[in-house]
Amino acid sequence: MPDSHAIAHNGEETADNAYSADIAHGEHPAYLRHHFNSTEQQADTTNFAMWLFLLTEVMFFGGLFTAYLIYRNWYYPAFVAGSHQLNVIWGTTNTLVLILSSFTMAMGVWCAETRRRRGLVLCLSLTFLLGLAFLGIKTIEYGEKIEKHHVPGFHYSLQSFDDPASDPEIYKEYHDKALMPDMARHTELYFSLYFAMTGMHALHMIIGIAILAFMIVRARAGAYTSGHVTFVENFGLYWHFVDIVWIYLFALLYLISRH
Amino acid sequence: MSTMSNTIVDLPDQSTATIPKMNFLTKENGLLSWLLTGDHKRIATLYLISITFFFFIGGSLAGLIRLELLTPQTSLMAADTYNKVFTMHGVIMIFFFLVPSVPATLGNFLIPMMIGAKDLALPKINLLSWYLYIAGGLLAIYTMATGGVDTGWTFTTPLSTHYVNTNVLTTGLAVFIAGFSSIFTGLNFIVTIHKMRCPGMTWFRLPLFVWAHYAASILMVLGTPVVAIAIVLVALERTIGIGVFDPTKGGDPLLFQHLFWFYSHPAVYIMILPGMGVISEVISTFSRKRVFGYTAVAFSSVAIAVFGFFVWAHHMFIMGISNYAVLVFSLLTMLVAVPSAIKIFNWTFTLYKGSITFETPMLYAFGFMGLFTIGGMTGVFLGASGTDIHLTETYFIVAHFHFVMVGGMLMAFLSGVHFWWPKMTGRMYPEKISQMAAVITFVGFNLTFFPQFILGVLGMPRRYASYPPEFQVLNVFSTAGATILGVGYLLPVLYLVWSLKYGEIAGNNPWQATGLEWQTQSPPLTENFVVTPIMDHEAYDYEWLERQSQAGKEKEAPIAG
Amino acid sequence: MSGQNEHAHHIVGPMVYVAILFALLAGTAATVWASFIDLGPWNPVIALAIATTKASLVVLFFMGVKYSTKLTKLTVFAGIFTFLVLISMTLADYISRAWGSW
Repeated sequence: MPDSHAIAHNGEETADNAYSADIAHGEHPAYLRHHFNSTEQQADTTNFAMWLFLLTEVMFFGGLFTAYLIYRNWYYPAFVAGSHQLNVIWGTTNTLVLILSSFTMAMGVWCAETRRRRGLVLCLSLTFLLGLAFLGIKTIEYGEKIEKHHVPGFHYSLQSFDDPASDPEIYKEYHDKALMPDMARHTELYFSLYFAMTGMHALHMIIGIAILAFMIVRARAGAYTSGHVTFVENFGLYWHFVDIVWIYLFALLYLISRH
Repeated sequence: MSTMSNTIVDLPDQSTATIPKMNFLTKENGLLSWLLTGDHKRIATLYLISITFFFFIGGSLAGLIRLELLTPQTSLMAADTYNKVFTMHGVIMIFFFLVPSVPATLGNFLIPMMIGAKDLALPKINLLSWYLYIAGGLLAIYTMATGGVDTGWTFTTPLSTHYVNTNVLTTGLAVFIAGFSSIFTGLNFIVTIHKMRCPGMTWFRLPLFVWAHYAASILMVLGTPVVAIAIVLVALERTIGIGVFDPTKGGDPLLFQHLFWFYSHPAVYIMILPGMGVISEVISTFSRKRVFGYTAVAFSSVAIAVFGFFVWAHHMFIMGISNYAVLVFSLLTMLVAVPSAIKIFNWTFTLYKGSITFETPMLYAFGFMGLFTIGGMTGVFLGASGTDIHLTETYFIVAHFHFVMVGGMLMAFLSGVHFWWPKMTGRMYPEKISQMAAVITFVGFNLTFFPQFILGVLGMPRRYASYPPEFQVLNVFSTAGATILGVGYLLPVLYLVWSLKYGEIAGNNPWQATGLEWQTQSPPLTENFVVTPIMDHEAYDYEWLERQSQAGKEKEAPIAG
Repeated sequence: MSGQNEHAHHIVGPMVYVAILFALLAGTAATVWASFIDLGPWNPVIALAIATTKASLVVLFFMGVKYSTKLTKLTVFAGIFTFLVLISMTLADYISRAWGSW
């Protein structure tokens, strides 16, 4: 049944479409989905799809960064005071943890590409542990905020900002002056954005860690070291993106002005 | 070739023709084969049914609005209830009908076929899209059943965050979920169009329908996440009171509007661009002529997408943004009208010296061209900030967006459904009654919405259940038109369902259209093409089509089966 | 499957990754150190500049964009561009509100 009059005899592939060969049934690896013509096409396609998904994530966080930039502009003293309430040591440690985890993730992708099964499992496991460490530190930080009643909407307390000396550790470092009452109230906005942005980031970390756990199990079975590396590669892109978001969050939330 | 001069329809001999036994509908049976399908054509069919369902819910709400507005006083319902009715009408029509209508039904069905592929790039994501759509839709219905929401579909803060007790959160969640459905559809299309084109299918041989969907998909992917985060922030504000939009805590309610309209303006282009893609195909086929200025139309689609991101604050001229922002956004709004105008000109020049016939899809396309032009031009009046101050928040705006969305987009959707109905189902719809329905729709539409322009200029505010008595006459016209419009929309549902059993067998290419989808059987096989086609001719190449059918006649190749 | 999928698939080696890691660690140290010094209006500029450099290193090397196809680079650019449009045009409103009437 002639279903396509457009069929010419087999021919040249055009420059911008190299995937033309129909693969005869039975000659292709099990992981090649049937609507693709080659594993290359499948890998390229899923990679591009992951990049587009990361674009949506950029715009998703973008809204939060927009809000942040506006209010930092408007209420700079409140943002400085709020930033001093964050522990720069925990923040820096978390940044180092995430950067290291990006490194281990990149190494994991390299292991998958070079078919090093044990190396891959090691790298994924390290990434997993570093991710957990990040979340652990975040939990400690959030705990501190809860103790000091710096969580917006839950008995938010202005005491640290009306009377900075009531916070001896921080007062020793920065000798903040007391904020004017209305500016002090705007610290709640700082913490709203802090929790919204780091919370959204942490949610993405949790999802990433869950997928890592799944990947470690599959990696041990050799699923990613027999030529089919796209899952690890694409997850790596996601993980690096989450790292990049944190790089900006750290600079913007923790390092506003510590002098 | 048709021997009659007033139709191009070329059907196989009805006494011997049959629907091909093996097609995407018959390949597998059973509920699970539909609910777990990866076949883009089945998913498109699922979408078509669900979208029609939500359209009639939204339409019923519109009927309630028009009934209430028959009288100047609030006679049918309390003002609060009226607020809920128009809010849900907007939410359902925009997020559950207009945004997914052409992309999720026609786009899903046709894009792989038009580019010579076996399926979309990510079939599972496609199915996930549909489930997300259904989840969002069910949540919207739940919202209505549990008291509705009355903030208007725009959820303006601080009304939505502090001053209403209605279901803002569930509606917001429904929209959030539907947004992800849209994102995944757009993502799928972009990846497919880049990576799955058959050999020879260069970018400039693509049908303009594909270009239009590509542009709309860029908007879906880049714009939707911003409204998603806006909804998240509203939810956080309503639940724990974080204060980002609360002036008493130093927040700015306008920030919500910036984030909301950053998506919602591109959203109107998400809605219209696929419809414009349909019009390109239909006008070309029914004038037997290549679309005039193919490159210009293709690039104008992308230009609309890009420029569409720069104009959102024209929805906020009176809300308190700075005068300088008003200036900049007003100027940019004038610019964004240009690519749309280019398309209208190009379609007009396509018609010039074409061999025009008036089958139903073409009637809808003509309706589109006239009504979209009016709607678009009134958009320019609104883009000029001076006139906008007088016209905004009046019925002029309501008329403007209904002209472009209903007179434009919905007509394009119906045009497309009729045009590709034979391909999707293997059967023709009944031509006479469908032409009548198209005319009824056109008459009803104009009677409904043209008076609203006048009402707007006279100063009748939108979103009010009651109005000064001097506006009643025009409102009565509008409601009368709405009744006629309802008939016009009901008829297609009836006769299209009828045609599934009793329609004439269509054959592969009843319109003698170009395009790879018309070179396959109707309904298509699950894998679309037995062998991957190779595209060796330009888009809308009617000479090529002529040569094919001559060759086909000589070989007496069978058409159906 | 066939062994050749290197058509656009440059495999970055561990030594590059280690170098980038150290660059990122150094950048982190630099940005923390800079925040403790009073540089007036330049503090946020330097903080963002260092953050952007670090992000660029992650994008180019860890995410492999330096060796990727034109399409990938275009995609990254499109994301950054749209993000910048969102921020700059929204901020343009906020900044110009204080400018008063004509």
